Amino acid sequence: MTDQLLESGARPQPTVGWPGWLRVTSVYAHTYRRTWRSSMSASFLFPVLYLAAMGVGLGSLIDHHAGGIDGVRYLDFLAPGLLAGTVLQIAVAEATYPVVGAVKWTRVYWAMLASPLGTDDLVLGFLVWIAVRMAMVSAIFLGVMAAFGTVRSPLGLLVVPVSMIAGVAFAAPVASYAVLSTNDQGFAAINRFIVVPLFLFSTTFFPLHQLPVGLRVVAQLTPLFHGVNLTRALCLGQIAPLQNAADLLYLVVLAGASTLSCAASFKKRLVQ
Amino acid sequence: MVAQGLEKRFGDFTAVAGIDFSISRGESFGFLGPNGAGKTSTMRMVACMSPHTGGQLSVLGMDPRTSGSTIRSRIGLVPQQDSLDDELTVEDNLYLYGRYFDLPKRLIRERAVRLLEFAQLTERAKDKVEPLSGGMKRRLTIARSLISEPELLILDEPTTGLDPQARHLLWDRLYRLKSQGVTLVITTHYMDEAEQLCDRLVVMDKGRIVAEGSPRALIEQHSTREVVELRFGLDQQHQGATAIADLAERIEVLPDRVLLYVHDGDAAVAEVHRRGLLPESSLVRRSTLEDVFLRLTGRSLVD
Repeated sequence: MTDQLLESGARPQPTVGWPGWLRVTSVYAHTYRRTWRSSMSASFLFPVLYLAAMGVGLGSLIDHHAGGIDGVRYLDFLAPGLLAGTVLQIAVAEATYPVVGAVKWTRVYWAMLASPLGTDDLVLGFLVWIAVRMAMVSAIFLGVMAAFGTVRSPLGLLVVPVSMIAGVAFAAPVASYAVLSTNDQGFAAINRFIVVPLFLFSTTFFPLHQLPVGLRVVAQLTPLFHGVNLTRALCLGQIAPLQNAADLLYLVVLAGASTLSCAASFKKRLVQ
Repeated sequence: MVAQGLEKRFGDFTAVAGIDFSISRGESFGFLGPNGAGKTSTMRMVACMSPHTGGQLSVLGMDPRTSGSTIRSRIGLVPQQDSLDDELTVEDNLYLYGRYFDLPKRLIRERAVRLLEFAQLTERAKDKVEPLSGGMKRRLTIARSLISEPELLILDEPTTGLDPQARHLLWDRLYRLKSQGVTLVITTHYMDEAEQLCDRLVVMDKGRIVAEGSPRALIEQHSTREVVELRFGLDQQHQGATAIADLAERIEVLPDRVLLYVHDGDAAVAEVHRRGLLPESSLVRRSTLEDVFLRLTGRSLVD
């Protein structure tokens, strides 16, 4: 040791001036750099494979026999649904293991809370990061869709901000459950009983009128239905103003309300 | 830092049952106690991570309830369990921690060089944390807590689980910090650690403070100058003890040996021999903090 390690204790620390949540988001971004290649290539491969197999392969059969769905090719119908479904799956995945891990395994949340950051910074920073991730995922997906020629309207670009909102609406309720859970056993159930059924039945693969009447109502109450609806309307350029405004409102309200519940859960678990 | 009647309850369970202490700037202060004594709960309150449920607490002259974030920007915490990101490099762990404190990148990089040297981790800067030894991780955790140049460093069992080499290295590093004017607050259940590092300490048991003072003062107050450890054959333990009970201020009969708390150990051993008793072995040693600790908190296991 040649020099003083600490120059002076009481001197005010120079700071950059970033708000706490932004620091948290930037930490996620920094950590993400470690895995971005595999993550990005997965975001690219998934739509390519699905659109090729189901959109083109299965789709030509459906188009041949049923003349497409509601006047559009099956590929055009399917692609936006898959995009919204992908946003759901990735948002939920990011809100389960990584959240409980940061509490119990890596204990990163505790490290953050020993600094000037508070639980609200953790929640907001995390959800903003989810929004950023969903922007990346949806932009890549849109790029693949464009290559398949299924983005039928310039409005399709609005799918990126819609996916950001939808991602928060899906991730926040799950994160607020995950942060309180003591193990990861509930996550398999979330996948089996929530994510997969939503993915399959939220008009992702077939239109609402194919469902029995009772289930139609149920489907319309779920968040992914509205995400799919809105994404599809934008990609096809077929806006139904009232219905799509309701879709957007649903997602915004869910995102807002579950952000608040997430903030309460984080505080409950981490400030004891 | 001042605490008065400080209390922490979790529902029906009282972890800290009203304790008073005050720690001055530049001091090195220890909290000793068996597992479950309430040390960690106290540290979490002092680190402004856990709100107190009763009494008064002031840290760096501020109220944790209203100025928690400001206080935390000026203190460093070394938690009992490491909270490093195993997948990141040593360097990145320091960098991100500095970003929690909103420090500029360049400043963090500058400090990281010095801190890695301090923690003897310079060669491992680019390595991932995961394969590092326990001692290295602990040193990294301490280095990390110093990235914000805290005025007050809180260490919760800093050397638990480390080998003697790693412990001595850590003590040396902590001693340097202390000599640079950093206030240290340390919890430990290692007596030698407390004797090495603490100017003053309190002994906690079941959520309360049962003794307070400098290590030397506590020994004088709660033990004798010397201790004689005698081993009789297993079946003669009690017989031997009865015969010499009057020699000591206090006598303790353990399953394997008899402890005599006396002022002059050699004189006591000579007297034992003069009475015709022949212990298998006898050892005279100075009283240690461990004697005080065991006297105050008992020998039975707490958990």
